[in-house]
Amino acid sequence: MAEAAAEEYQAQTEHEGHDHPSERSYVVIAIVLALLTALEVATFYVEEQLGGLLVPSLMVMMVVKFFLVVAWFMHLRFDGRLFTRVFVSGLVLAVGVYAVALTTFRFW
Amino acid sequence: MSVSEQAAPVAATAGPGTHPDHVPHDATAPAHHTNTGLSNEKLGMWLFLGSECLLFGGLISAFLLYRTKDVEGMAGPAVADLYDIPFTSVSSFVLLMSSLTMVLALSAIQRADHRRARTWLLTTAMLGASFVAGQVYEFTAFVREGLGYTTNLQSSAFYTLTGFHGVHVTIGILMLVSLFVMSLRGRLGAEKAETVEIIGLYWHFVDIVWIIIFTLIYLVPA
Repeated sequence: MAEAAAEEYQAQTEHEGHDHPSERSYVVIAIVLALLTALEVATFYVEEQLGGLLVPSLMVMMVVKFFLVVAWFMHLRFDGRLFTRVFVSGLVLAVGVYAVALTTFRFW
Repeated sequence: MSVSEQAAPVAATAGPGTHPDHVPHDATAPAHHTNTGLSNEKLGMWLFLGSECLLFGGLISAFLLYRTKDVEGMAGPAVADLYDIPFTSVSSFVLLMSSLTMVLALSAIQRADHRRARTWLLTTAMLGASFVAGQVYEFTAFVREGLGYTTNLQSSAFYTLTGFHGVHVTIGILMLVSLFVMSLRGRLGAEKAETVEIIGLYWHFVDIVWIIIFTLIYLVPA
């Protein structure tokens, strides 16, 4: 019974390619996320020293945190590509539409 | 012990070519006999999350637009003047860590380790509840400072955005508590790991939305 389930699983994972990370990997990712959050908060106290670097550095850290959670905790790195396409479509549409909308308000 | 809890752990099913740092998805999960070969339920959740990007994108854009608009003649205090960054940082950290406990719950249920799964599910729900409590505290403090929902455009956009996010967290907590109760009653066997994974997807999405809100709304100066 268990062997049949394992074989079925193997066939399934070969198709979907969704081996999930180990618990150790999850903890390592969480530590990286915590460190990035600490760095983000630290920028609040050195705003003036960072000057023009403040916003770009915050944006980079935000994007890295976003992708770490999506790729590892939400398993998009390991799951079927269709899931990635569906989510990225919504994300790109949202960023595109609102970037254009905000640009219109600012420049027109 | 329920029937589902008597199921043998299924962690050692990785083939010889499996990466040593990865453990397989639950071996007891049924194969998906769908046109795509993928789980329709999971695909449905990803579609929902894709559409949620548009909802939160609109709310975040509205706040970004109004936080610099007509600031001179604005009634009441500006939202940014009331932020308590150390407090919100702790809240953000709590929500971030709840994503870790959520994946640990999923990992436990895939190994048919029900006791540990229940512990992590409850921990995740409690971390989420702490976050919502922090948000209620923040809202109360803002109202005491004279910033109500209709005080100005900025405050309306701020409360709508963070309030919507808080409602999402609350719905997530209710789903986690439901999973916990199902597990207690022996109705959350290893074969239901996908249900935990789908609710986990929702929970992580709520987390990534906060990652964006925390940076764009709280940390990036107007």
